[in-house]
Amino acid sequence: MSVLDVRGVSVSFPVERGERLLALDGIDLRMADGDFVVALGASGCGKTTLLNCLAGFLRPTRGEILLDGREIDGPGADRGVVFQKHALMPWLSVAENVAFGLKMRGVPKAERRVRADEKLTLVDLDGFADRPIYTLSGGMQQRVGLARALANDPKAMLMDEPLGALDALTREAMQELILDVWNKTGKMAFFITHSVEEAVFMATRLIVMSPRPGRIQHRYDLDFCRRYIETRDARKVKSDPDFIRVREEVLSMIKAGQSREGAGA
Amino acid sequence: MNGKAPKDRDDDGGRRFDIPDRGSSTLISVVTIAALTVLWWVASHRGWLPPLFLPKPETIWTQFAEGLTKEIGTATLGDHLMWSLFRVFSSFVLACLTAIPIGIAMGVSRHMRGVFDPPIEFYRPLPPLAYLPLVVIWFGIDEAAKIILIYLACFAPLALSARAGVRSVALEQVHAAYSMGASRRQVIWHVVVPAAMPEILTGMRIAIGFGWTTLVAAEMVAANKGVGQMVLNASNFLRTDIVVMGIFVIGIVAYAFDLVMRWVEHVVVPWKGKM
Repeated sequence: MSVLDVRGVSVSFPVERGERLLALDGIDLRMADGDFVVALGASGCGKTTLLNCLAGFLRPTRGEILLDGREIDGPGADRGVVFQKHALMPWLSVAENVAFGLKMRGVPKAERRVRADEKLTLVDLDGFADRPIYTLSGGMQQRVGLARALANDPKAMLMDEPLGALDALTREAMQELILDVWNKTGKMAFFITHSVEEAVFMATRLIVMSPRPGRIQHRYDLDFCRRYIETRDARKVKSDPDFIRVREEVLSMIKAGQSREGAGA
Repeated sequence: MNGKAPKDRDDDGGRRFDIPDRGSSTLISVVTIAALTVLWWVASHRGWLPPLFLPKPETIWTQFAEGLTKEIGTATLGDHLMWSLFRVFSSFVLACLTAIPIGIAMGVSRHMRGVFDPPIEFYRPLPPLAYLPLVVIWFGIDEAAKIILIYLACFAPLALSARAGVRSVALEQVHAAYSMGASRRQVIWHVVVPAAMPEILTGMRIAIGFGWTTLVAAEMVAANKGVGQMVLNASNFLRTDIVVMGIFVIGIVAYAFDLVMRWVEHVVVPWKGKM
């Protein structure tokens, strides 16, 4: 059982003349296998900063992040990252992209291919292994990104608005695919979005963040994703009165936060 | 059924709102070349210009055909050309082998940038003819001096393009590689270098162009073989026909090499402009 433990993490960036901008202020978060944590918030609320800390691209100014008791001090293959875009290597084929991490760690070629094919099956991309990346649609490219992160068998999946650049229909299909993959692998996931509906649908735990400084404003424990996995009917889950109630509640809370901030400014 | 089928429009109306300059210009180029040749032919045959200034097109061709078997100056045309190709390409290959790694190192390391930036930026704008005398004093009048001169001309554009190419890697690509367990060395070799390839290949095209440009200057120094030398020597004897023929030979060979490079680009970086 893996545990990712965020303890009192703050991040500040130097701006001009010795001043510092507080991007994250005292974040506490604990997640374990099988958790799907979604960070929701307007741009500038620090959710990407938090993901960068979890991934190890950024070092917290204060506080610590522990993965299974060991402090994170840089990026590593135990945390798979899926980016919004521009992160695949166009000089490699689909399978080579998926197997990139295995190659970096010296896994023999034949085994790399077997494991790449396995992950491509998991994301419904059978038969695309030898295609160049740039011939794939945006949704397919994101599925390659997902398969690539999974190929290293990470303890945690970190997803930075992976669906942000997709059209609405592809986006819904991808939400379902990500939940299926998450359910099959049983890994913990940290997922960023600014779509309220997407957040409420996908999260087992939803954290709503507020900007300047970035804080966790509210936490919800939700189970709509599990209902989807049981019923396999996303439309039904999303049109359920429960779902609509929570969605509206989250939305009105975010709006209230924004107008409060607007009045204060 | 006596209604006529609607006729398709055969203009390119559908493409009027494309990005300007799309579409093939080959036909227009062919017409331009033909028109210039006809103008040349008429001007030289009508005696608008004396043969010293503008030889007839067929004289050029005759010189070319004769040059293939008979010696022009000290060597046949083929011999001259082989020497020039040897000089340009050995310089170019040496420059690729050194300038591309240095340019990449400059792109990824503050220290390397600090070391190499001043000398490259200082000599880059100098015309090769300006430092030719110094190269001769240092390296003599043998092949070495010629190859070094052309090498220097190729070096700067290659190093600068490799350095700029490093910047075309996306931060997300680098982050992705690190989060899949890559080391810094692996990130440079497997991510930064491939991402820089489109710009490096463009740099190679520019560099070989500079190489040809510098060839004549390099062959001014005590060469007795080489197309540049052949042209220079012919101009001393007012043999305009050989001068023009030599210019055509250099131009056509350079153009042919550029076509090869474009094909290489197509094969090596097929993703260019598609991601």
